[in-house]
Parts: sequence; C-alpha cells; structure tokens
Amino acid sequence: MSVFYSKDHEWVALEGSKAKIGISDYAVHQLGDITYVELPEVGAKVKQFEVMCTIESVKAVSDVFAPVSGKIVAVNDELNNRPELVNESPEQKAWIAEIEISSADETKNLMTPEDYKKHVGGLS
Amino acid sequence: MSNLRRTPLFDEHVRLNAKMAPFSGWEMPIQYSGIIEETEFCRKSVCLFDTGHMGEFYFKGDIAGSGIERAFCFSIEAIPAGRCKYGFILNDNGGIVDDLIVYRLSGDELMIVVNAGTIENDFDTIRSVLKPGCTFENRSGLMTKLDVQGPKSAEVIKDLFGVDVSGLKYFRFQNETILGMNVAVSRTGYTGELGFELYTASENIKKIWDVLIADPRVKPAGLGARDILRLEMGYPLYGSDIDEQTTPLEADFAAFVDFRKDFRGKDALLAQQKKGVDRVRVAFRSDSRRSPRSHYEIQAVDDPIGCVTSGAYSPHLGYGIGMGYVNIDYSECGTHIIITNGSVSMNGEISPLPFYDKGTVRK
Repeated sequence: MSVFYSKDHEWVALEGSKAKIGISDYAVHQLGDITYVELPEVGAKVKQFEVMCTIESVKAVSDVFAPVSGKIVAVNDELNNRPELVNESPEQKAWIAEIEISSADETKNLMTPEDYKKHVGGLS
Repeated sequence: MSNLRRTPLFDEHVRLNAKMAPFSGWEMPIQYSGIIEETEFCRKSVCLFDTGHMGEFYFKGDIAGSGIERAFCFSIEAIPAGRCKYGFILNDNGGIVDDLIVYRLSGDELMIVVNAGTIENDFDTIRSVLKPGCTFENRSGLMTKLDVQGPKSAEVIKDLFGVDVSGLKYFRFQNETILGMNVAVSRTGYTGELGFELYTASENIKKIWDVLIADPRVKPAGLGARDILRLEMGYPLYGSDIDEQTTPLEADFAAFVDFRKDFRGKDALLAQQKKGVDRVRVAFRSDSRRSPRSHYEIQAVDDPIGCVTSGAYSPHLGYGIGMGYVNIDYSECGTHIIITNGSVSMNGEISPLPFYDKGTVRK
C-alpha cells in the first residue's frame, strides 16, 4: 500500500487498482468540528483535482477534491451518522470513498508523506 | 491583528491555546478544546465566557428629568432597584441601534450594558437625548464582565467564593464581595442555562478567572460555542439578526416595546404597526445535519421569500437550525422551505422557539 497527499490536503491510500481517500489531519485541524459529510454517489466518475463532495464544519462548507481519477465503488456510510469520526481519525477510520483508479501514473501529481509534511510545515 | 483590542483575560486565552480571531474590533477566543465539546460542556456543567469586550455605561441623575427615557423603547423608571431589563435603542426609522440590558442600580443610578461593536455609537446616541445636570460615563475600559454559565454555576460560585446566589432570581442582580473585591453578580446570560454575569473592575477579573478555571467542573468556552448556545435559544445577535435596518416589530420583539411612553423611533413604529410588517424574523430547522448559513436564500415553492441571518448545526438537536427574515405571508410555523446558496441546498421548516427547551436558565 502506498500513501500520497494532494496540495489541497486530501490523502489517498493506494493498493493495486483501489484507492481509499480522505482528508488530512492538517485539514481537519483547520476546519474544526465536522458536522456533516456529503458523501459522493457510488458509481460516480471523478477526475483528479475536481470537486468530489463537500464537508461541513461549524464554520464553513468546504470542497473535497478527488486526489485521483476513477469510479467511486464504495462510500463510508458511518460518516452519515458520525461525522465527528473525521475529527477522531481523519486518516484511518474516516475514509470518505473508495475509488477504482483509472490511471496509475496520476500519483506523479501528488506528494509523498514526507513532502506533504514539509508542505504543511511551511504553511502558517 | 495588531490593531485589535484585547480584554484583560487575553493572556489566559493564549496560555490555553485558544484559536483567536477578530470580533467587533477585538481579538477574541473562538474556541479552546473544540466548539461542539464546549457547547455540550456548558449544558452539562459550567463554562466561562470572557465578555470583557462588551461595554458598560454609568448614569446618575433624575430619570424623568434627565430625558434618558427618550433613548429607550421600554420604561426605565419602571425597573425596580436590583433588577435589569432587556430592550432596544432605536433610530428615527424605528431601526434597532443596539440591543442592551439596563440595570437599575438605585433610584437615580443605572448601568447600561451594550454590545462591543456599538459602544461608541450607543454612547453618543444616549448622550444626545440627555439634558444637562446628570452624569453619564463610558466605563467600558474600567470595568469588565465574565459570563459563568451552566447548570452547576450556582454551586461552583458558592463552593469557590462562598457567595450564595441560589436565591437570586432571573434578571436580578446583587453586589457581592469575591476574593475581597467588589463584584456585581447578575442572573443573566446568553446560553439558556442557569448562569451569572460577573461585573467588576478590569484589574480584578484575572484572580476570579484563575480560581474558577482550576475547578474541574469549569471549562473555558469561546465565541463559537457562545453562538451555537444562543442560537439554540433563539436569542438574536446584533449585527446579524437585528440591525439599524430592522425594527422590533419585524424582529418579532414587539413585547419589548412600550407604546405608552415617548421614545425615539416611536412614530415610525406606530406607522409600521398600522400598515403591518412586510417581513418578519422567523426560526427554522433543516431536515438534516446541514447548517443554514448567513446570507443563504430562503425559498418557498421555488420563489425566494427571504434570507438567513444566522445558522448553525445544533449538537443538542442533531440538525441544522437558523433564523432569518421571510415575507410575512410565509411565516407560519410548519411552512416548508428550501434553504440554499445556489450550490448547497437543504429542506427546512419554519419552527417555534426555543429550539432547545431543556435549558436550566429559569431553574
């Protein structure tokens, strides 16, 4: 399994042709308490860096961008009842969707965990 | 953020790692451990809210002879000593200049407590109706206020300071000595829970805060939690739900207007009362966890009928709640609405207040 991050603070855990995605710990810290997750539709096609769904926190509605292109094969229904799971475990239990990826070399547009750590370290 | 003002407790918020943000020209704590957690703790135990940014005016003089009654749409003379009353200052169009609380300190003394963003304007507005011979001072810098709110607040104040507020009724206040210092304690607040507001000289507040914050029954809470708590009760926020363009009649606060007295804006309100209001403030809930948010449009059957002025997710109810203004014809409770900003949409329903009815505020 290999993990990558996007500039917009999404993570993707790639295993073969399947990828689980979510938002990063850093993103969750910025957003505060998550109150609602609008899960994408199973079967929907997404393109890398386009809006996939939205997440609501106490302060705002935020777009979640697909870190890779493909077809959504599963969504994490637990987030319907417990959006606070995103605050508790953003990079493990609170995956948002699972994607069947369409192009393995899109990861060249993403960061490794080490590079992402440097990236957020540089943000205010 | 260097031009923002700071309350006497600013260093405490920094020490506690609060997320700070500008609010009405002040650098204020928005949250400490988390907005939802703080909201829930307030309704279970006790939270402290630093409200040192708010303003306090002192008046001394003959109430009738000074002309001060003209500034307020409710009777000041009718407030007995030891009690306080909520109401409004209006402009000539009947629009709300501020919502505030007037404390009757004695036969010829008042304390007037106002919102942070309107301190200077309120002071000038009231002063403009006063005849010479009375004292009217802006004591906002000299005094500060701390809100102690939650079902355990009376018990905590008794245990930590030896002050028994169990007999203090809602909207009454008494002068106490806390840690050797003069503190006026009023049974008022903005959360819907049993709670008290402590008024004292600015230099006194840190010692009081230190003792309270050390108690495990007490946690600090910021403006984020404060906003959810007041919205769950349907209390308005000046600048969002009421402002100079809204009259008390439109805001559904006719109960706070006393038409038997003379006050600035009275003629405009009488005219509006005769004609009927076109729009009115209503409360509504969403049918999901989605929050209505400020400036979202309210629609009934595809037509825009109004606008959201405040909204949030209510952790106590599990759904989104809000307030706003709608066309009077659509203001009945139960009316189905759509709340939308063009990309985010939710179904909703106009509902009665308060949203949260299990508060201990009147216990």
